[in-house]
Amino acid sequence: MAIDAATVRKVANLARIRVAEDKVETLAAELSGILTWIEQLNEVDTEGVAPMASTEAVSLPMRDDVVTDGGDPAKVLANAPKSDRGFFVVPKVVE
Amino acid sequence: MSELTGLTLKDALAGLKSRRFSAVELAKAHLEAIAAARPLNAYVLETPEKALAMAEASDARLKAGGGGRLEGASLGVKDLFCTEGVRSTAGSRILGEFKPTYESTVTANLWRDGAVMLGKLNMDEFAMGSSNETSAFGPVVSPWRSRGSNRPLTPGGSSGGSAAAVAADLALAATATDTGGSIRQPASFTGTVGIKPTYGRCSRWGIVAFASSLDQAGPLAKTVEDAAILLTSMSGHDPKDSTSLPQEVPDFASFAGRSVKGLRVGVPKEYRAEGMPTEIETLWAQGVAWLKDAGCEVVDVSLPHTKYALPAYYIIAPAEASSNLARYDGMRYGLRVDGPTLFDTYAETRAAGFGEEVRRRVMIGAYVLSAGYYDAYYLKALKVRRRIADDFSSAFEKVDALLTPTAPSAAFGLGDNTADPIAMYLNDVFTVTVNLAGLPGLSLPAGLDAQGLPLGLQLIGRALDEGTLFQLASAIEKAADFRAKPEPWWRASPEAAR
Repeated sequence: MAIDAATVRKVANLARIRVAEDKVETLAAELSGILTWIEQLNEVDTEGVAPMASTEAVSLPMRDDVVTDGGDPAKVLANAPKSDRGFFVVPKVVE
Repeated sequence: MSELTGLTLKDALAGLKSRRFSAVELAKAHLEAIAAARPLNAYVLETPEKALAMAEASDARLKAGGGGRLEGASLGVKDLFCTEGVRSTAGSRILGEFKPTYESTVTANLWRDGAVMLGKLNMDEFAMGSSNETSAFGPVVSPWRSRGSNRPLTPGGSSGGSAAAVAADLALAATATDTGGSIRQPASFTGTVGIKPTYGRCSRWGIVAFASSLDQAGPLAKTVEDAAILLTSMSGHDPKDSTSLPQEVPDFASFAGRSVKGLRVGVPKEYRAEGMPTEIETLWAQGVAWLKDAGCEVVDVSLPHTKYALPAYYIIAPAEASSNLARYDGMRYGLRVDGPTLFDTYAETRAAGFGEEVRRRVMIGAYVLSAGYYDAYYLKALKVRRRIADDFSSAFEKVDALLTPTAPSAAFGLGDNTADPIAMYLNDVFTVTVNLAGLPGLSLPAGLDAQGLPLGLQLIGRALDEGTLFQLASAIEKAADFRAKPEPWWRASPEAAR
């Protein structure tokens, strides 16, 4: 499947990655090449095959619903680009 | 160079236990070797103070007659493992100077057993790469060179720093991770032993996530037994990782050297890549002959969906990566590049923080998961994944393990494959099947090509049957008697090495 410039812009938007306008065509060609190569999967008959998202047969384990961690804001904020009085400082979200 | 760095992990542990040398002496010898090997770019962070403090504590425990199963052993840690208070970058600019406030379970297990950390090892950014060239710190240069050539070669990837460090005696052994071949292909390229264990053997807690249904930690080491010793310590159930298997961990080293008589080994005819050097075919046949000599029964098997593993992987892994890497939003840790709006801040931060290959994969992931394409790509890939796993299940009804080449070539030159992403992806053609099926796979050095570069063979086993792999690998190791070491060209002068 060929990816055009508009699709690159859309995907970059979904991925929240800025793509410079002069790089869009190159990226379209690269992604098209990869997706065309991937399309050989259509040769495989997968009629009635259940999708396999995990290699483990077991269902996920349950645990008691109790607090096991937390209560240490200093640790949580230790790597924050910006923080103030125990809070993350983030750009304005609501206009 | 000190002879201490040339020891195997097993011999070093014996020497420490018998007090022939101290953990501090061992750590110092390695730290000197590391300082003299900076042209290799294997370590992205050296932690000499931490190493010496840990070694002193080990010496105190050894002196008191105690000590864990890795007491005093000098190890390197791939920079994908979070280490408390020690910068952990995943080879990415986006994590910047990130210092975790917690320790990954796997590394915590190593320190529990007395190991000493020398530093953090270079890797492809977020483990996405097969040559170490996507690292924000620049590529690792392999300690190996083609005969009569100065051309820099790749140590493989993504665990290139781990493999180079072990091959160049800059650590007794190292931790690594493998999502599509990132332990085994570097092992093959550098003449080292690496195993990706069964999915769920090692906890993923505290390992920076790439593709969560495929990621597994494992060791890179100098010998089969060393890999077994390290894997025993790394493994174990961890309630903090819901996919960690609640299974007993055997003493893997006890399998090395056991007779392989009567074991049935399959040779899958599909593991022949187009343009694969005849030397690799020959080595594979030699591996079969060694196993037959040791008493194995070798039979042909078929894994018909092998060629579809790589394209399926390049949907599944980027899809999981695009989801996992959504956390790098510039708000809670790492890089933030401010823009006029919140959206701009996200987009600028991620454009500046992620390298080219990571951006490419995150975008492929976003595409195959997007409305209208999910069924055609992602769901299709998950169905093909089932086909691949079923191929293995059928084969393991007839055989106990499989023998294949590890990689379709020997190490290539830095820069050789960077222009063509698919050419780079094809490096993992023989290793990626195992990740999709969740099985254990081990690579060990079996010979040199005409250029004097190492070539590896891969053993694939049933889920949770790493023991059989160690058993078979030690039989091949004994027959191959691989002793080649790279010439230490990176040590500019004898003085620099002291």
